This record gives sequence, structure tokens and C-alpha cells, in this order.
Amino acid sequence: MSIPTSSVEQVIPGQGAMAQPEPTPAKAKRKRFRFVANAKATTGLVVLGLYLLFAIIGPWIAPYDPDARGPALTAPPSADHWFGTTHLGQDVFSQVLVGTRGVMLVGLAAGALATILSVLIGVTAGYLGGGWDDSLSALSNVFLVIPALPLIIIVTAAAPGGGDTLVALIIGFTSWAWGARVLRAQTLSLRRREYVEAARANGESTWRIILFEILPNLTAIIASGFVGTVIFAVTSEITLAFIGIGSVTSWNWGTILFWAQSQQALAQGAWWWFVPAGLAIAFLGTALSLINFGIDEFVSPRLRSAGKTKVKTASGHTVRMRVGFTPVLSNSSAPHTHARPIPTINSAAATPVNRGKEATQ
Amino acid sequence: MSGAPVLEIKNLNVDYGLGDQAVHAVRDVNLTLHRGEVLGLAGESGSGKSTLAYGLTRLLAPPGVISGGEVIYHPDGRDPYDVLSLDDEGLRKFRWAETAIVFQGAMNSLNPVHKISTQLTDVLAAHDPKMSAHSRNARAREMLKLVGISPDRMDAYPHQLSGGMRQRVMIGMALILQPQVVIMDEPTTALDVVMQRQILGQLIELRERLGFSVIFITHDLSLLVEFSNRIAIMYGGRIVEEAQASALYKDSLHPYSAGLLGSFPALRGPRRELAGIPGSPPDLKGMPTGCSFHPRCPKAFDPCADNIPVLGHPDTPDGPARTVACWLHPAQQPVG
Amino acid sequence: MRYLVQRILFYVFTAWAAITINFFIPRMIPGDPVKSLLARFQGQMSTEAINSLYVLFGLDKDASIWSQYIDYWQQLFHGDLGLSFTAFPSPVSEVISDALPWTLALVGITTIISFLIGTGLGVLAGWRRGSWIDGLLPTTTFLSSVPYFWLGLLAIYLLAGPDSFFPSSGGYEPGLVPAWDQYFIPSAIRHSLLPALTILISSVSGWILSMRNMMVTVASEDYITVAHAKGLSDRRVSLSYAARNALLPNVSGFALALGMIVGGTLLVEIVFSYPGLGFLLFRAVGAKDYPLMQGIFLVITISVLVANLIADVVYLLLDPRTRKEG
Repeated sequence: MSIPTSSVEQVIPGQGAMAQPEPTPAKAKRKRFRFVANAKATTGLVVLGLYLLFAIIGPWIAPYDPDARGPALTAPPSADHWFGTTHLGQDVFSQVLVGTRGVMLVGLAAGALATILSVLIGVTAGYLGGGWDDSLSALSNVFLVIPALPLIIIVTAAAPGGGDTLVALIIGFTSWAWGARVLRAQTLSLRRREYVEAARANGESTWRIILFEILPNLTAIIASGFVGTVIFAVTSEITLAFIGIGSVTSWNWGTILFWAQSQQALAQGAWWWFVPAGLAIAFLGTALSLINFGIDEFVSPRLRSAGKTKVKTASGHTVRMRVGFTPVLSNSSAPHTHARPIPTINSAAATPVNRGKEATQ
Repeated sequence: MSGAPVLEIKNLNVDYGLGDQAVHAVRDVNLTLHRGEVLGLAGESGSGKSTLAYGLTRLLAPPGVISGGEVIYHPDGRDPYDVLSLDDEGLRKFRWAETAIVFQGAMNSLNPVHKISTQLTDVLAAHDPKMSAHSRNARAREMLKLVGISPDRMDAYPHQLSGGMRQRVMIGMALILQPQVVIMDEPTTALDVVMQRQILGQLIELRERLGFSVIFITHDLSLLVEFSNRIAIMYGGRIVEEAQASALYKDSLHPYSAGLLGSFPALRGPRRELAGIPGSPPDLKGMPTGCSFHPRCPKAFDPCADNIPVLGHPDTPDGPARTVACWLHPAQQPVG
Repeated sequence: MRYLVQRILFYVFTAWAAITINFFIPRMIPGDPVKSLLARFQGQMSTEAINSLYVLFGLDKDASIWSQYIDYWQQLFHGDLGLSFTAFPSPVSEVISDALPWTLALVGITTIISFLIGTGLGVLAGWRRGSWIDGLLPTTTFLSSVPYFWLGLLAIYLLAGPDSFFPSSGGYEPGLVPAWDQYFIPSAIRHSLLPALTILISSVSGWILSMRNMMVTVASEDYITVAHAKGLSDRRVSLSYAARNALLPNVSGFALALGMIVGGTLLVEIVFSYPGLGFLLFRAVGAKDYPLMQGIFLVITISVLVANLIADVVYLLLDPRTRKEG
């Protein structure tokens, strides 16, 4: 369960009158390139890609049927069973591989559903304002403060059958509120921008303005909201399986942990039974968090880790870059540029470069 | 007007970033502030004027670095020293007690969560730990009175004051330790014109009473002409012209100064036609060769594109009292 | 004051919404499982108790939804949440009030400690960019991506055991009677150490990160430059100016994240068989004890709302801008 730490909400451009000149003139193309070049985001995307790959091919490349019982009971990892076996001799490695698909499907589906809801609700509230805003904001705040996991647990427990689709639906419908809140705040600030005002004054239709003027500028926030919800959905789904509601029949990492817990894997010292599934969750979660850090730093460059924080001065000392004490690299008062005085030039005799009506003096 | 120097900037260089990626925001700036004078610093945004002010007090945020130069401060009755070679503790003591700053953006200069009184007195406590709480309070009230704010607003929070009042609080705060130098960075841009003139008038009056020197930074040259003694014009990180305010107004030598003067309606004197400067300020990353103004300059000629003109005294009757960096007025006697 | 009244009204509204959700959920359950459970205890229950369960689950098909809703509220106001099936014949309210103090102590205290430690480290990380705490961030990110309960499992596997100082389950030594005495209290503390540590490690990273980011954002505010220009000590600038302002969004974030944290911490109780609400919920889910599940959800929600209200009051004290004059 990670706390939403997106800073996106706080980034409302145009604040702070003492903004320093941006050293790099930001061009859209270069920016996009820079996002991919962000090491955190790249690492996250690569790991996520691996998970997606396993979600697709996992069931085919799994060495065993995850349900098939074998002769080796609760055996530690070996060449035959890379992650060891369960109390029934099932291959843990195959269970983890096969389980990837369910986890990714539910996570992505719930994330997509929640993102669509949060865009609909957040952008509507932010753009339309007035009564719409009041009621939709109240709705999202209610969903924010009601503890989501217990709600998901009792709804899933009450719902008949279970199954991945139902779990994805329930998680999606309960976890859109954070995204809606952030999107509302950002839409509100976008609405007051000149180009939006101009489009409105031109009589463009509301949905056109939202679709072409507002939404493109919310892409980063929507993406970050999606990734955040996927993290939440994956953990919730695994939690549900771990406490034995939802789908105990189909494999996912939570189911593995459920059986490990109910069969006293801990007491038997069968670490291989619960460690791989947990690590699988942890790496997926870390990858998604890294993508979100990348988006955060892309949206608000200040958050980038300071990069080079130590500088060498001319006298060989190392000083740290910090706010309030600008480092002095050299105390020498020798000029840096050598402007050569050419006192012999006679300006009247020189050929003027014609640039305007009064090019000559 | 010009007394003894109080602050001498010698070949100050300020960069953003390090090594090859460094952007040179201030280049080889030489400037002397004399006791009791108001020195105006003008230029378009991006000309390096604010960077210069923050650089000499070492307040630039990363990735800003000072890549060279000296800032010699002459305290009253003691030996001069270089501000840039002070250690952290020395710099802390120097700040506000010797050189205070009034920042642009009155709205954001005050800490929103503390009372005015706290923000006025904490600076006293930091510089004189032995001062009693009672006398700190008394001093803070005195300063508020000085800038025309009723001392019963001591317990107000910044959000309870108007923009003009906040900026006056900032001026009072700047004067609380009786510094010799006050740097004003666009102190009134966020205010309406009436409030702007009211506050500046008050400031000049305070300066005459208390005798501090002022570096007044603005893009509004017409304000400088009225309120300052001497004006330095910056372009592309360099000083391109420096002269007495009246001399500059009457007869600017650098085409850029002329352009700047032409961008504002004159407050006094004959009416002129308003004309902006064509083109836009140079990109600090890709500075033009030679004189950085030459691509926009209506009077550019041969040497401008290849050679950087040096700042020197021009060949005019008042030449010794002013400097300019322009090939139209080749230096008779370079400075620095 | 107006701000606080607004907040209270909002929480009352949210409580109403949560209770209404709670009213409708069981009406989605097909009647049979509840009926069969009721049938199992038929002989042992008073008619009154059966009636109250009928109201809770909407088995009374004759009544309209509206009158069911009214009955439901009346019952809640009498503190009647029905009978628990697992702890039969104890009423749900009694079962919950036994478990609630455990959760309040464990989750409440660790959440506050985690917030304080995380915020403190975040202040350092944000103020001294590139210090050792920045190097700590990848590790804490990894740890916060692990589900709380799995970290608990790992902690038990690595640290607990028959010979270990840390007990692997329960809230106190079996055989002790809960009381404020020199036997029970140390035992309860010892049993809570490992769950507390698990919650702490999983949740602290979020606070470090959000506080760090807020510090970085605040550090470029004009009033920080002014504070430096005033020659204030680094300590005063970082704490009284930067951290003091960066704290505000973190406190409102605390309120918002609470619902999510509580969810995760309940799971830790399950792993440690800790006698709190989470473990109770786990058992209720396993036994399909619907009245108990409903009651627990209600109590958790209301506790979170109260905690939110407290966070709002703290925010009010911290930010003068929300305090209206007069």
C-alpha cells in the first residue's frame, strides 16, 4: 500500500516571481525525448515490459501445470523446481509465471477503469465549475476518506462468485477519487489560461475545448494517475486473494501467498513458497513507482535529483551546491572574455552594414 | 554626488550550470556603488541584472555559480573585504547588516505562516543575540512606523495586508539593521502606478535621512531617470553603458540605451515618439559573436559582428564621467 | 471557525454516505447464505436478535426499502449492529469494542511515529539535496512497494521464532489476563514490536518522499531567498521557514492517505494474528460473518473520519490563512 506522493498537484506554473531564467529553452520535442532519457522512467518501463511479456507468454513457458501435484513435497529450490514446491508438490515457479497474467489483467483493467472515471469526473468538475464542481468534488472527497481496502473487502465478500472481472470492477469503481481530485485542480488552473479563454471567446464548443485544449495538457497527470492506480489495484487484488476472497481458484501471486500462509509455510521454514511471489509484487510496484517518479520529474524539473551537487573550485576545494549559498568557483578578478580594444577604428570611414534607415551616423 | 566607494564589483562572472553546459549569465561586470548614491541598473528581462544582484550576495539557487570576480565591500570605518571570499558564518553576518535586499514580488517575499512581528524580529535576534525581546519588539514597531504602517499591525499575518503594505513591510525590514547598501530588485513591479510612485518617493526620502546607498534594478528606465543618480544599462550579461542619469537621458551613446529610452513614455521633458527595440533579447546559450546587440542594432557596422567592444570612456565632452561599450564610440581609455 | 464547521459537515455527510453504502451492500447478497446461517442458530437466538439481523440484511421482503432504511438507522442509533456468527452469541458491538483498542494502539501510534520520522527525514533529504538520505530513497521505494503483509511474513520468518525475543503471533502471552499491570503491559508491548516495525518500514517511505518533494518545491519560494538574505541561521531557515511551510500539504496529505494506510495495516494484524480489527475482519470474512464485517467497516470508517477531523484541526493551527479573523 503506497501513499500517493505525486507532487503534480502542487505544480501550478506561474508562481514565484523570482523564477530564474531557464537555462535550457524547453522545446516540446526535446522534452518528450528527455522523458524517455530519464533513467528512472526507462528502468521502470523496461521492467514493466518484462512483466507484460511474462503475462502473455507465462502460461506457455511454464515448465509445469501449476495445479499438477508432484512427488517432491515442500521441496526447496532445485534444478527441477527453480522456486521449490508446495505441500502438494506443485511447482511454485510455474504458479508465479501463470499468476502474472491475472495480476496484470486485473491491475491494468482496474487502472484503466479508474482513470476513465477520474478523467470524466475530475475534468467535468474542474471545467464546468459551480454546482457540478461542488457535488462531484464532494463525491470524490467521500471516496477518498472512506478506507478503500475494507470497502473492497466487504463488497467482494458480499458479491457472489468472485472472479477476476468482478475484482477489477470493484477496485476500479473505488479507486478513482485521488486522480479525479488532482485532475480537477489542474483543469481549474488550465481553464483560466489565456488560450482556453480565447477558445471560449471564439465560441468553440465545450467538448471541443476539453478534448483539444485541456486534455492534451493533462496527459502527464493522467498517466501518473493511471500508474498510481495500477499499483493500488495490484496490491488490493493480491491482498484479496491472500485473505481468501476473490478468486482462490485461478492463480495469482496472492493465491500463492494464501496457500503458503494457510499451510504454515513459515513454521516449516519454506521460505521459497512466499518469497518469490512477494518479490514479484515488490519489483512490479517499484517499476511502476519509478515510472511515476519519471513523470513527476518531467512535469516539475525541480524534483530531479540534484545531479552534480558538488563542484570543484579553482583552488581545488569541493563545495556543495545549495540554496542560499551560491558557490564561488574562483575569486580571481581577471576578466573572462578578452575584449580587444581596437582604438584605431574610424567609425566614419568604415563601411556601414545596412540594417535600417539610419544605418550611418 | 559620488562619495567614496562602498561596493566595488570587479569582473564578476556568473554562470548557470557547470563546464561546457554552463550558460554565462553575467560576464565581466565592473560596477562601483558610491556612498549615498542611487545606482540604477536597467535592461530587458534576461539581461542579467537580477542575476548580478543575487550573484553579488551569493543568493543564486543551484545551478547558479559564481565563476569569477570580486565584490569588495567597504564597511564604515573598517578595512574593505571581498564578500565572495567570506565563509558561511561571515557571509551570514554580512547579509542584511551590511547589504539588505528588497525583492520583487511583494506577495511571496513574506513567510505566510509567521506574523509580521516574528519576521521583523528574527533578523534582529540572528544578528544580535544579546538584544532583549522587548527592545527587538520596540525596534520592529519603530520600523513599521518609519514606513508608514501602524504598529498595531505587528500581529498581522502577511495575507491580511495589501500588496503595498507588504512591500512597505519589506522596506522596513530591509532598513532594520541600518545597512549601508540596499539592493532593490524590481521592488514595485507588482504594484499599481500610484502605489509605485508613493513607495519610491518614500524610499528616496528615507535614503536622505538615513544615508544608505541603493542599487535599484528595474526594466523601467523612466523610473530610473527620475529616481537614480547614475544608471548602468545591461545587455546580454554585460554592462553596455554607464552614465549620470541626466546625461544618459539627454544623450545616450549606446544604441541599446537609446532603444530602451524610446520604449517608455517620458515623464518629464519633451514628448517623444514611442519605439520599441525590434527583435528579442539574446539567447544566453547561443550568444552572437562580437557585440551581442549587433543583430538587433540599427547602427551595426563592420567590426560589430566580430569583435566585442570594450567598456571605456568615450570621446565626448563628458567622456571621463561615463563609459560605453560600443564600436561607434571606441574606447579612448578602457576601464578595468 | 467557518472552515472547521465546513469540515465537520463534510465528515457527517461522508459518514452518512458510508452508512448508506453499508445498508445497500448486504442487499446485494442473495438471501440464502444469510438465511441458512440464521437457520443454523435459530433455536439459540431470541426473536429480538433475529429481527435485528433481518433489518440489517433486508430479509424482510414485505417492508419497502425506505422503511427498511429507517429501521436500519434506528437500530444503529441504539448501537445495535446485530449478533456475530463467529463469536455467537456475542453482539457485534461487543466483539468490536474488544478489538478496537488493539488496533487504535498499534495502528494509531505507528502511523503517527511513521509520519514524524518520515517527515523529519524528508526535511533533511529535501534541504540537503544529494545527501545520504537521497541514497536511501531507492531502498525505501522498494520497501513501500512490498505489500505490508508480505513484509510481515518476512519479518516473522527472519526474526520471530520459538527462541526469539519477538513473538510471532498474538497480542500478549497466552495465559495472561488483559489488565494494566506489570505482567500484561510489557508482554503486550513486546508482541506489538514486530507488527509496528513492519508498518513503520512500509509506510515511512511515502512520507519521506512527499516531504522531500515539498521541501524542494518550497526551497525555491521567494521567502526562502529572503530568509537567507536576512542572514538567519541555516537551522532557522530550514525549519521555521522551509519545513514549516512544506509541512502544510503533508498534513493534508496525511488526512487523505489515512484511509489507505489503515487498509494496509489491518493486513499486518492478520499476519501476526494480532487481536485487532484487521484480524477480526479476516476471521469474519473466512466465516462469512456478514454482521461482523459490516460492523467493522463502519467502525473503521468512523475512526478514519475522526482522525481526519483531528488532522484538520492540526492544519487549522498550523496555517494562519485558514483561520478567519473574528
